[in-house]
Amino acid sequence: MFSRNTPFRSRIRQKRQVEPVRSGRGVFTRRALLVMAVQAGVLGVLGRRLYNLQVVDGGHLRQLAERNRTSKRLLAPARGTIHDRFGVALADNKVSWRALLMPEETTDIPAVIERFSQIVPLDEHDRSRIERDLRHVHKYVPVTLHEFLSWDDMARIELNAPSLPGVLVDVGSTRLYPFKDLTAHIVGYVAPPNEEDVAKDTTLSLPGMRVGRAGIEQTQEAVLRGEPGSVEMEVNAVGRVIGEIDRVEGQQGEDVRLTLDSVLQKQVLNRLEDRVASAVVMDCRNGEVMAMVSTPSFDPSLFDSGVSHAQWNEWANDPRTPLVDKAVSGLYPPGSTFKPAVALAALKSGSVTAHDRFNCPGYYDLGGVRFHCWNRWGHGLINMHEGLKYSCDVYFYEVARRCGMDPIQAVGNAMGLGVKLDIELPHVRSGVIPTPEWRQRHGFHWNGGDTVNAGIGQGFVQVTPLALATYVSRIASGRNVQPHLLRATNDQLSPLASLDEAAKVDLPPDYLDVVRGGMFAVVNEPHGTAPKARLDLPGIQMAGKTGSAQVRRVSRALRESGHFNSMNLPWEYRPHALFICFAPYDNPKYAVSVVVEHGNAGADEAAPLAKLIMTDALLRDPASDVRPPAPVSAPATEPAAEGAQPADTASAPASQPTGQGQLDPGAPQ
Amino acid sequence: MRRNGLNTFGFLKSDRRLLRAEPDFRPMARLLQVNWLYVLLVCLLAGVGYIALYSAGGGSAKPFAGPQMVRFGFGLVMMIAVSLVSPRILRMASVPIYLLSVTLLTLVLRMGHVGKGAERWINLAGMQFQPSEFAKIGLVLMLATWFHRIGNERMGNPLRLIPPALLTLLPVLLVLKEPNLGTATIIGVIGATMFFAAGMRLWQILLLVAPLPFMGKLIYSHLHDYQKARIDTFLHPEHDPLGAGYNIIQSKIALGSGGMWGEGYLHGSQGQLNFLPEKQTDFIFTMIGEEWGFVGGIAVITLLGTLVMGGMLIAIRSRNQFGRLLGLGIAMDFFLYCAVNLSMVMGAIPVGGVPLPLISYGGSAMLTMMFGFGLLMSAWVHRNERDPGTEDDDDD
Repeated sequence: MFSRNTPFRSRIRQKRQVEPVRSGRGVFTRRALLVMAVQAGVLGVLGRRLYNLQVVDGGHLRQLAERNRTSKRLLAPARGTIHDRFGVALADNKVSWRALLMPEETTDIPAVIERFSQIVPLDEHDRSRIERDLRHVHKYVPVTLHEFLSWDDMARIELNAPSLPGVLVDVGSTRLYPFKDLTAHIVGYVAPPNEEDVAKDTTLSLPGMRVGRAGIEQTQEAVLRGEPGSVEMEVNAVGRVIGEIDRVEGQQGEDVRLTLDSVLQKQVLNRLEDRVASAVVMDCRNGEVMAMVSTPSFDPSLFDSGVSHAQWNEWANDPRTPLVDKAVSGLYPPGSTFKPAVALAALKSGSVTAHDRFNCPGYYDLGGVRFHCWNRWGHGLINMHEGLKYSCDVYFYEVARRCGMDPIQAVGNAMGLGVKLDIELPHVRSGVIPTPEWRQRHGFHWNGGDTVNAGIGQGFVQVTPLALATYVSRIASGRNVQPHLLRATNDQLSPLASLDEAAKVDLPPDYLDVVRGGMFAVVNEPHGTAPKARLDLPGIQMAGKTGSAQVRRVSRALRESGHFNSMNLPWEYRPHALFICFAPYDNPKYAVSVVVEHGNAGADEAAPLAKLIMTDALLRDPASDVRPPAPVSAPATEPAAEGAQPADTASAPASQPTGQGQLDPGAPQ
Repeated sequence: MRRNGLNTFGFLKSDRRLLRAEPDFRPMARLLQVNWLYVLLVCLLAGVGYIALYSAGGGSAKPFAGPQMVRFGFGLVMMIAVSLVSPRILRMASVPIYLLSVTLLTLVLRMGHVGKGAERWINLAGMQFQPSEFAKIGLVLMLATWFHRIGNERMGNPLRLIPPALLTLLPVLLVLKEPNLGTATIIGVIGATMFFAAGMRLWQILLLVAPLPFMGKLIYSHLHDYQKARIDTFLHPEHDPLGAGYNIIQSKIALGSGGMWGEGYLHGSQGQLNFLPEKQTDFIFTMIGEEWGFVGGIAVITLLGTLVMGGMLIAIRSRNQFGRLLGLGIAMDFFLYCAVNLSMVMGAIPVGGVPLPLISYGGSAMLTMMFGFGLLMSAWVHRNERDPGTEDDDDD
């Protein structure tokens, strides 16, 4: 051993055997205990952190977990329907289908879209929208491929389901307007909500939600929309529904019943033919609007899916303004139809009595300006009855001058002219009855000639057809009726509909009788201006007033040349033709106003139309006279057509209300 | 032939000192020496794993729990078998095992299967295998053998510490290259702890610790983007709630929804509805915390802690340096697994693919851990073998 090791090494070995080296166990134990302390400390900190996470922050994190686990989806409420006074649906909901694509359920999205487009053609617009949606949404959010699928398309998609992975058909609802353009202006239309709407009410972001954009759909939006329900579902991490936890049924939109009679509406529309015109039929005893037509019209169902640019431009640029409801938004000079109001104002102010006679030589000089009567040869010495009957301009020039504008405005406003009418439609215009103050507010001086002009409903006077109908109704009934369209909401009669009788107008009955008499003479007496409006119905007479409102000043030279004939003017410069009337004369039921744009002469164009419309209304009277019960649920008057209808209503909807006491339908034609 | 001193592998030739002192146990007698209490605790932990995996499988043994138990049974047999192996043989085997683990790590870099942006898996005879798990055991064995060989006395010589430092750095760098930051750190910390416990002098430690902050900076600049992203999302998980921060947020949400008493077994909404990512592997503890609440979670932590402390006590009780360091290395390995995994699921450190030992689903982690427990138990069984020529400087 010695020989094989160096002496140095052997000494160490010997030393070791004598004096054992330290094993290092003590150091190890101390250091291991230190390590254990660190380990215990770390585990303690972790335990502490676990306590914080689970117990201290537990509540907050539990909420996050709940939000993770559940997905709340809102259920779009069914929009309330709109019916006419007999329960015929004017706006209804129709089941529709749309195709959705679940991106996560397919691997080759372009191929699926390609195969889909072979079944249902997709245009460029659709494709770019789908691509955009696919880029922006999560994989588990469905993307709409095509809305408003037909039944056939839907069936073909279902049939080809195996080759269309990820495509599914969803049931939605679209708004249906069975009468299309017939009631478009009144019922209005719905359209998808825009960003502004959604910002105001987030429930509108639900698929299938629509917002009323015109007519009753707009004004009764709050009633029709309803409350969305919600369903809370358990979902997994990729958003797939595992089960339903809670369901809150929404509130369906309430159904609305109008005062409108869809059959009469159809008849009126047929009478107006292709004229650019507006007609209002009102129950003059209570202000119910039975028919309100504005032509031309449009198809409101086009708005549900979005109107194309071309279509919109066509409507917007049409000089006949199909989108405007002329009955409430169209402003026209009333022309001679304003004369009864002037007469009433003069009588009330006491400046003229019904027996005062003024001479009409065919013209009227005021302050060096000559105003003409429509009859160049004049009407002679006439009183108020005759002034109305002949529609003498000179007589009313004088009456207006004596009376002044303030009483005319007061009485006009009381009769519904130049004031805002509170009917359930948007964009209702109030029209104008000018006064010197009104003119000065606009920075002009009022001339005496302005008063004279206003006396025959020209100049600055502007009214709507609805205001005219209201005005005739108030003259006819002597009551302060309020025009309204809303009859009931669900089973609840609207306040106006439940009103038994409107208050009397603030005019002595004598004065009204004078005016009514004058209007009777217009239609029924020899030399009245509107013999063409005489009713052919036995025992029923109509009172009315013609009006021809110039839209362009007739130059003196042209008038004096003797060759003036407005029929020779271009269409857009011809005077508007107006006629207002009520019937039966002895027991008024209906008031009608007709405005034919550029119809030239009220007596020739508007009066015959008014007569036909009034005839239609009176013939429908027995049925509509009976106030239908409020509940919409059971359309009590729905016998299959009994054949007792006027011939021209054959195209009207099947649910024709009829009554036993109907007049002979053969008579009017 | 035999030269002591700087001959690095000289100790491999013979180990007479140990042979002389080794008590002679017959196999059955040695089986009785196994610390069956510790084995019971290991089985208990595996039981917790079975219960959790049963729930992770949606209330079924089918995808996870069943296969995992088969592996555990296999691992248990291996653990008992290893525990009977004499330390002498283990020391002899340590170099081949270490070399094998390093070779596997090199192989995985060359032909490893890329999973989740890192090359970590290798296909061995049709079985997916993660060499970095195995490398930890190899390193622990290697270092224990080395330090045993030089003894506490020669720890003061810095030259004696250079080879083990290189032996530690090699697997650390290879794993870092995979790249697997979490496991590389764990291997490094295990190595450092063993250096420390083996009796490294204080001045040496100070000399090494001083430049660490600079090293940290250097390492961060060499990190992969996804590793940096992990650190960033850890610091601000709410910035990208559906992206990289999703795991942490979902894990915290699930733990929080468990509350004090839990949502009930098989009724954890987040886990059962798949909001928890990797719920059967790395995030199994979240699942336990959600379903069993804080009470269940703290019970599992206590059990893990008991196993760690038990391992450390086994190490302390050994009368030879090899057993002590082997026990400490294994206990440290187990502890770091637990601590990193728990910190990760509680959002305390960046996410890294570190499973919860014996509970998370996964074969190589389970088998290497059971192998490690076998080594630990071997240290216990052979605890009374003294190093020749030494005496305890502690009374016990």
